[in-house]
Amino acid sequence: MAQNVKLRRRFFRIREKKLNRSMAGNALLFGLMILCGIFMVLPLVIVVNNALKPIDEIFQFPPRIFVRNPTFSNFTDLFVLMNDTWVPFSRYILNTIIITLGGMLGHVIIASLAAYPLAKHEFPGKNILFYMVVLSMMFSWTVTQIPQYVIISWLGINNTYAALILPAWSFGMGLYLMKQFMEQLPDSLIESARIAGASEWRIFWSIIMPNVKPAWLTLAIFQFQQMWGNTGSLFLRNEELKPLQFSLLQITAGGVARAGVAAAVTFIIAAVPITFFLIAQSSIMETMTTSGMKE
Amino acid sequence: MTAGKHKRIGQDTLGRRIWKARSSYLLMSPFFILFFFFTVLPVLMSVGLSFTYFNMLEAPRFVGWQNYIKLLLEDDIFIIALKNTLLFAVITGPISYFLCLLFAWIINEFRPKMRALLTLIFYAPSITGNAFIVWNLILTGDRYGYLNGLLLKLDIINEAVLWMKTETLILPVLIVVQLWLSLGTGFLAFLAGLQTVDKGMYEAAAIDGVKNRWQELWFVTLPAMRPQLMFGAVMQITMSFAVADISIYLAGNPSVNYAGATIVTHLLDYGSTRLDMGYASAIATILFLLMVGTNKLVQRLLRRVGN
Repeated sequence: MAQNVKLRRRFFRIREKKLNRSMAGNALLFGLMILCGIFMVLPLVIVVNNALKPIDEIFQFPPRIFVRNPTFSNFTDLFVLMNDTWVPFSRYILNTIIITLGGMLGHVIIASLAAYPLAKHEFPGKNILFYMVVLSMMFSWTVTQIPQYVIISWLGINNTYAALILPAWSFGMGLYLMKQFMEQLPDSLIESARIAGASEWRIFWSIIMPNVKPAWLTLAIFQFQQMWGNTGSLFLRNEELKPLQFSLLQITAGGVARAGVAAAVTFIIAAVPITFFLIAQSSIMETMTTSGMKE
Repeated sequence: MTAGKHKRIGQDTLGRRIWKARSSYLLMSPFFILFFFFTVLPVLMSVGLSFTYFNMLEAPRFVGWQNYIKLLLEDDIFIIALKNTLLFAVITGPISYFLCLLFAWIINEFRPKMRALLTLIFYAPSITGNAFIVWNLILTGDRYGYLNGLLLKLDIINEAVLWMKTETLILPVLIVVQLWLSLGTGFLAFLAGLQTVDKGMYEAAAIDGVKNRWQELWFVTLPAMRPQLMFGAVMQITMSFAVADISIYLAGNPSVNYAGATIVTHLLDYGSTRLDMGYASAIATILFLLMVGTNKLVQRLLRRVGN
């Protein structure tokens, strides 16, 4: 046995082959993964191809997944349609920028502010506060939707951007991930600054924050993913305040006559969050290494 | 003097300890004030409102257990919704959890560039948001639907199937779509967790007699990433109980004979259409208890992995 392992380890070093990996196992697992990979990617392939199809190909029988004569006409049609809407389309885009940017920035700042003491200070009530945050990840926002609506009307922020932005700031998972990430920073870093006479505020801004950059980006992207799909129809009555998603989904509900434009819209809905994820992928993976729940 | 001072520090009263940590509380206050208003208070209000009749126009009127009695004994649709939600959770919860782990595990075997690409492919559906409406094209009930087209071509079916209008098919098809959407944050956590397992542990385990990748997974990898397993479980469970959008957009609300109804669609029906907020709050409270209860139970089970 020991001999066997030694031989295998030598083998491992020469061919860089991994330990304990049989060919049959590799074949089985990779085969399974290719099948499932096709299932995962196919709907997205359809989204891309449909967006590039001319109208006659969209209604072709039998249906074909891949486009034959790719064209951008669906996108140009979308621009024409955009100029015809009652509320100018640029307004929807502006609304989305204000809402998502406001939500992301505020969330990253106040979640980091709260995460620092939870990760590095000792004080009464620390455990219960963190426990509440963990508990909040165990149910979805739909549970709190109705009272949230009541509270938002009560605070008088109904029908304003704040109705979407403020609740997003206190997104529990963001605080959780930030706190877990800050916990792995060495205490000596903070101690030496404290000895040098730096205030907690200063330590936070000039020592903690520069060291948790991957986590900022992660919180911002996760927040964006949450907010991007929100049509805001629950809290926003004014047409001029609604986000892009609202008008995009309305276009997709336009039926057969708008099938081409709808395909372009579906592409945009999917492409934006995927692009953001791609940009931040390595930071997100770094942040997720500390995501585990100790207990 | 010094001894006395030390003694006083050791015996600090709660009030003094709170005063000393005032800067910590100050830093946390913006988040937790908002957290209180938009998460804690809503949960408490939801429980409170569930014992009232409330239509947003008049003040809530206390009705005792009436909403719950009506829900559990008289509301047939709620029973269907409850059954569907539990079915969803029991099937998509464990399967999606297992798939997250399986794919993360396989993807982890690849070189970094390929790993990043495969991660994107598997994770992308969960972040495309409302783009799941593309399934409408796949599931179209006539011969123009991609799925019908494919199955007709392969002679598996003779005529087009009305996927989203046939009572018995709605739930299974929604489960498949939900699985497509479900490799989310938990999946990323698993992938990241696998990266953190110390490579030396695998060599040590091989010397200790671990013979194949399955043993290695069970005895080395899973125990080493137990914290991520816990986190992933929370993500997948919460997601599997909250299914609503796909049911509404693909099967409609109400769906044929309520075959696609879930607790959340029922909640939305009473909360935003019928404006019976007390009743909707009772539904929300039951959902809350189901989600938190299941999470707690699974956490307890996961603590035993590899032991």
